[in-house]
Amino acid sequence: MLAVFGGVVGCGAMAADAPVPLRPGAGGEAARANCNVCHTSDYIVMNSRFLTADAWRAEVTKMREAFGARIDEATAGAIIAYLAANYSVAGKP
Amino acid sequence: MRRRRMIAGAGAALFGAPAVAAESTRIPAELPDGTREVVHFVNPSDKRRMLCLTDRPPNYATPVNVFTDAVTPNDRFYVRYHLTGVPMSVYDMDGWSLSITGDAVERPVQMRLSDLLDMPSNEVLAVCQSAGNRRGFVDPHVAGVQWTDGGMGCAVWRGPALRDVLKAAKVKPEALEVWLGGADKPAVEGTPLFRRSIPMEKALDGDTIVAIAMNNAPLPVWNGYPARLVVPGWVGTYWMKHLTRIEVTSIPLTNYWMETAYRVPAGMFPVERPFVSQATETTVPVTELVVNSLIADPLEGGEVDRSGFNIRGVAWDRGSGINRVEISLDGGHSWQDALLDRPLAPYAYRRFILATGAMRPGTYRLMCRATSRTGERQAERLKINPGGYHDNVPRAISVVAA
Repeated sequence: MLAVFGGVVGCGAMAADAPVPLRPGAGGEAARANCNVCHTSDYIVMNSRFLTADAWRAEVTKMREAFGARIDEATAGAIIAYLAANYSVAGKP
Repeated sequence: MRRRRMIAGAGAALFGAPAVAAESTRIPAELPDGTREVVHFVNPSDKRRMLCLTDRPPNYATPVNVFTDAVTPNDRFYVRYHLTGVPMSVYDMDGWSLSITGDAVERPVQMRLSDLLDMPSNEVLAVCQSAGNRRGFVDPHVAGVQWTDGGMGCAVWRGPALRDVLKAAKVKPEALEVWLGGADKPAVEGTPLFRRSIPMEKALDGDTIVAIAMNNAPLPVWNGYPARLVVPGWVGTYWMKHLTRIEVTSIPLTNYWMETAYRVPAGMFPVERPFVSQATETTVPVTELVVNSLIADPLEGGEVDRSGFNIRGVAWDRGSGINRVEISLDGGHSWQDALLDRPLAPYAYRRFILATGAMRPGTYRLMCRATSRTGERQAERLKINPGGYHDNVPRAISVVAA
């Protein structure tokens, strides 16, 4: 509502539906908490299951390096392991 | 009788028929399993019955049955955002203005909506199609928003030509690109603002307009209210929504969105007018639409009358126009010509129809394929590229004749 009275173009954080619950598992809470900062975690479920563990690693790296997600190395590792365990397909040998 | 005015001449009765297609209720089977878990039909803000792919940021696909019409209604028009800080209502755009600056203008200016309203306006009937339209169907699947074939629409856009808007700032001869920016904002500081650029040649094309009306109404908030750039024949990523910032520059725009995203391998998709200042030896920006078509009626999984039914849909391309649409009833083994509606405009959908005649009971795999006036026909095999762009391989839908 601030934007209405402020007289400037405003685009606030938006209300949205709750994302589809992520599968329970180690690293799941880190994924939920961090991924939902910038976008619904439905992106994870939507992009399954066809990415390999390496492709998920590349996605997390993209979020940190290209999109400025503030996720430290250890947390990133936990998220990658969680995505690989729960939302990936086996990679080609 | 609105329709009669637009659709005249031979075939008017066929194309003007008041038959109302059934609403799509199916989630397409070719989408990845995970996608099928999250997508659902909803009525988002000032829209009705859209397929929600993600709600934060908002990404909504138009249900396929809507494409029985050549013009997509505003409340069924697809929505695509990259960043979550989006306007939630027209009130969020109070105080909107458009700045025109950059090293290649002599006189930076700031315009209000009333300034645009005062300028002579152009009207363009044009398809806006997401570069990633149909990404969800490409095999093998690639990462990204898993779009159905509803990441597109065709509308009557009206507003001043961009070249007339730029004139107010006096463009210098060394101008190379027009950089575009909108009002949507990222959630965290480190995320690059969504900014895109177009080459001067496209910017100065009279059909490139700053649209302040869509189908004779203000733009819906999520289609770019109050003004969006319309770049006919080019994919939607250049059609900047809530256009607030223009820079005319003598140097190419460098950012994630231009250098990494929205690119295809060089030479894979030939274009009429290459975006030279953004090309490298290995990749080029995805720009001009490829020839494509879609069956909107009947719907996948539908039951049809074996005494005969009509197959209806639309075809489109980069603006050369559609010359031919062929239909297959047997999964692509044999093809027959559909009847084409008259062309409405170069960048618009061209409607087609085919009456099947009586058929034996059974399952049929329907396909359509279009050929443009310049002789390009839809690809027979997917040209695999990392972004999953430009999928125009004819796609079969199954119906049961009973």
